[in-house]
Amino acid sequence: MKTLNKAYIIGAGETKYGELWEKSLRELAVEAGLKAVENAGIFSKEIEVLYGSNSLAGTINGQENIGSLISDFSGIAENNIPAIRIEASTASGGAAVRQAYLAVKSGEYDVVMVGGVEKMTDIYGSEIIDLTSSVLDREWEAFLGATPAALAAMSARKYMKDFNVPKEALAMVSVNDHLNASKNSHAQYRNKITLEQALNATPVAEPLNLMDCSPVSDGAAAVIVASEKYVKKNGIEGVEILSSAASQDYLAVHSRKSIYRLDSTVLAAREALGKAKLKLDNISFSEIHDSYSIYGLMELEDLGFAEKGKAKDLVYDEIKLNGRIPVNPSGGLKAKGNPFGATGVGQFVEAYTQLKGKAGERQVKSPVNALLHNMGGTGSTSVVHILGGVA
Amino acid sequence: MGELSRFWRESEHRYRLMGTKCGNCNVTYFPPRDICPKCHRESIGKMKPVQLQGKGEIISFTIVHDSPPRFIRQRPYFMALIKLDEGPTITGQIVDCDADEVDIGKRVRTVFRKIAEEGKSGIIEYGYKFIIDQ
Repeated sequence: MKTLNKAYIIGAGETKYGELWEKSLRELAVEAGLKAVENAGIFSKEIEVLYGSNSLAGTINGQENIGSLISDFSGIAENNIPAIRIEASTASGGAAVRQAYLAVKSGEYDVVMVGGVEKMTDIYGSEIIDLTSSVLDREWEAFLGATPAALAAMSARKYMKDFNVPKEALAMVSVNDHLNASKNSHAQYRNKITLEQALNATPVAEPLNLMDCSPVSDGAAAVIVASEKYVKKNGIEGVEILSSAASQDYLAVHSRKSIYRLDSTVLAAREALGKAKLKLDNISFSEIHDSYSIYGLMELEDLGFAEKGKAKDLVYDEIKLNGRIPVNPSGGLKAKGNPFGATGVGQFVEAYTQLKGKAGERQVKSPVNALLHNMGGTGSTSVVHILGGVA
Repeated sequence: MGELSRFWRESEHRYRLMGTKCGNCNVTYFPPRDICPKCHRESIGKMKPVQLQGKGEIISFTIVHDSPPRFIRQRPYFMALIKLDEGPTITGQIVDCDADEVDIGKRVRTVFRKIAEEGKSGIIEYGYKFIIDQ
């Protein structure tokens, strides 16, 4: 039976993303969590359940049991609430907010906290590439030398050939991210880049170079999700989560139907828009999981903004902050940063800030609805949320 | 990065390119699967080991410059997605070739090679790589 409960984001907070050597995994999580609680204007004792999202702390930081860690050092251990980690690789954040949404929709809880965190710079050098490759199929991709960048690069080469797309179109995704990030004080990279700089950076996995790839990031983000009942009772102006959808595909790229169509994204987007009873025309801006520039193009198509091979027509003007379909006002994964477990939650922080009209210099003009797309691995998981209408 | 049993367990598949074939729909899979994603319960007990010939065509490829520590001495190296003649697409390196020999659509075949080694005193991992099939 469908319940009629509505779920709202009532507070959000995040740390700066970047190489934050002076801050630990737990300090980052607590900082973001406290900001979200303060922003929501609630007391920590009101939180009934906590979902921690994280991807790689077990291998990078030697720390599992992230739910307890966050709960403990947030000072709420003696509140004795359930504190569980949600893991879906780089889609952990979106997946965790989805759990919070479902927890509220079910009627079981009124106030849920989601805290996403990743501390990736505690590992030096190329070792991090081995650890981030654990989001792939370890035995049949990574074992043989494939990396996340290599798999994105193979999608890129075939895509560029089949649809006659110039490398320039990929580079424009990164140029847009950096331009937007220059207006975001939480972003890892606030420098604007030119098309020439984007095209001529050091190769990582050809045809992709450093400017096509999201960085290694530390960071944390948190949101408070509350029920309609709680929002009304306390006179809070939240941002409604209109819909939530998640979809799955084969783990390895080589098993999928296409190497440049993300079926999990196609399905999650279709479901989320359908459940929200909205069309893409109703979306004021999107935050998309462009961990590699090629994914930015593929995702625009798979979300429905363009036919396959045609996203190149959108990346020069339409995706800009003041364009027809603003994409990644936050600076996206390339420039805001990509702290795996925090990335998807950070998208909610951006959307909440934008929809509240508090994004300052990077404010999208009069936004009504936002689409958030968070993806795991090379596309094995996609989580899409639609947020909208300031209550 | 792993115990011996983890690599030993896959030796047959990696050394001899053993995949599986669904006895219900006759689709061939690599890597091996216990359940056919098309036939589901109809495939239970009908997944048969099958020897793949290791010949196929390059779907796409990349030249990897940033690699994990295990592959640093091999940099830069070709990684490719290869569609085998029996149907499945697999991921692997292309070796023993000049840069201009590798392209989408080129025919390749598997060779048995060292993949990586676990440090100076650790185990040496073997498996398949691809060469251009002249």
